[in-house]
Amino acid sequence: MKGSPRLPTAARAILAGDRRTLARVISWVENGSPSAEPVLRALYPRTHGVPVVGLTGPLGVGKSSLISTLVGLLRARGRSVAVVAVDPSSPFSGGSVLGDRIRLERRPDDAGVFFRSMASRGAAGGVATATLEVCRLLDAAGFDVVLVETVGSGQVDVAIREIATTSIVVLVPHLGDEVQTLKAGLFEIADIFCVNKSDLPGADVARRDLADLVAHGPYEGGWTPAIVSTSTTAATGTEELWSAVEAHEAFLDRTGGRRAGERRRLAAEIVGLVRDRVGRELTGRLERDPELRRLLDAVTARTLDPRSAARRLRLASPPGPEGRR
Amino acid sequence: MSGPRRPARRHPIRVLIAKPGLDGHDRGAKVVARALRDAGMEVIYAGLRQTPEEIVRAALEEDVDLIGLSILSGAHMALFPKVLKLLKAQKAGSVPVFAGGIIPDEDAHRLKKAGIRAIFGPGTSLEEIVGTAQKLARRRA
Repeated sequence: MKGSPRLPTAARAILAGDRRTLARVISWVENGSPSAEPVLRALYPRTHGVPVVGLTGPLGVGKSSLISTLVGLLRARGRSVAVVAVDPSSPFSGGSVLGDRIRLERRPDDAGVFFRSMASRGAAGGVATATLEVCRLLDAAGFDVVLVETVGSGQVDVAIREIATTSIVVLVPHLGDEVQTLKAGLFEIADIFCVNKSDLPGADVARRDLADLVAHGPYEGGWTPAIVSTSTTAATGTEELWSAVEAHEAFLDRTGGRRAGERRRLAAEIVGLVRDRVGRELTGRLERDPELRRLLDAVTARTLDPRSAARRLRLASPPGPEGRR
Repeated sequence: MSGPRRPARRHPIRVLIAKPGLDGHDRGAKVVARALRDAGMEVIYAGLRQTPEEIVRAALEEDVDLIGLSILSGAHMALFPKVLKLLKAQKAGSVPVFAGGIIPDEDAHRLKKAGIRAIFGPGTSLEEIVGTAQKLARRRA
């Protein structure tokens, strides 16, 4: 790219539409490789802040199928789409089966779609950060919309709010009382509720229950969550779902919510990055630093309690820039 | 891109499991996917009825270390070389491909010559498949 000779090769390739390099750099981000950093740094000013639409909800509600229909709709409207599908890693083996691609229908030569599966890898705070950075790469690569799919069954998955500009919570009929428990977790993060599989009996009831819940506003920022019914087998509701997304995105622009939301997400990201780094540093030093090792010995010997040790640890290592030791 | 891959730390092996062609029997592929998962790999399961083009595209987008193909339809002599050819065309010929299914010995011999790195017939133990997959991925890294 002319005028930016200092851009790293990989960054330049991504801006030029090289999907192979994009895929490779996503791996760097996932692996926490230092190679990712200069690329992310170079591309950050080139991001546009495209809509990042998160779909979350319990297993089996049809998130992947909805993504496939949304991809179809967006492609029909001439918009390019990138999909990031996050699935859990096994806490035991660290492995995972990422099966969200199965639902994807697209022409194999369609460069307007990019699909990437990610495993959560169980790293503390890592999923949200890595996903955010991947979304940013996709933004810089020129995709008009990024769709992020995560499994959500409760509180953990509030992470989607740290990533998405619009969050869709996908539910199905007959979740029944579970809707009540969702109040505390998923309920609060939804900009849009999607009742999928609405061809099944009970869809009206689910919709009514949600309407009751939604009526308990007021909502921070003034947006009342929309409720949309969809069915991917009957192929209904996809347009309404996307209209609701567009309405929410337009609302963000109209009210300044986009700015505020971005600030909130960036603050959370920076805090998360610092927390990760400090944690890593301390963990590393616990074994190397003789002083800290004595502390650990004392706790092991029950002459010191963990909280007191933690307090001294913090004093021994002020949470400042890396260089300050 | 052919730049050096510099993993900062050990990361899970990413493997694509796909079924090219038209047979609908994916139990074997699923059992293998699970075994690889239990061995700590990230298995991107692409599922049934994939064209070679779709498989190669998925492998590149997912930046996998390894590709496993499962086939029971008998079309392996047409489909496997096609996958290898497309990978080469995308400068991804170094991604190892292994295969499983019902593949006669003489076909297996020819496919190995063509570049399929390992072929597992019925009755192969999961340990052997996992072990070979790990070796193939490691040799590449």
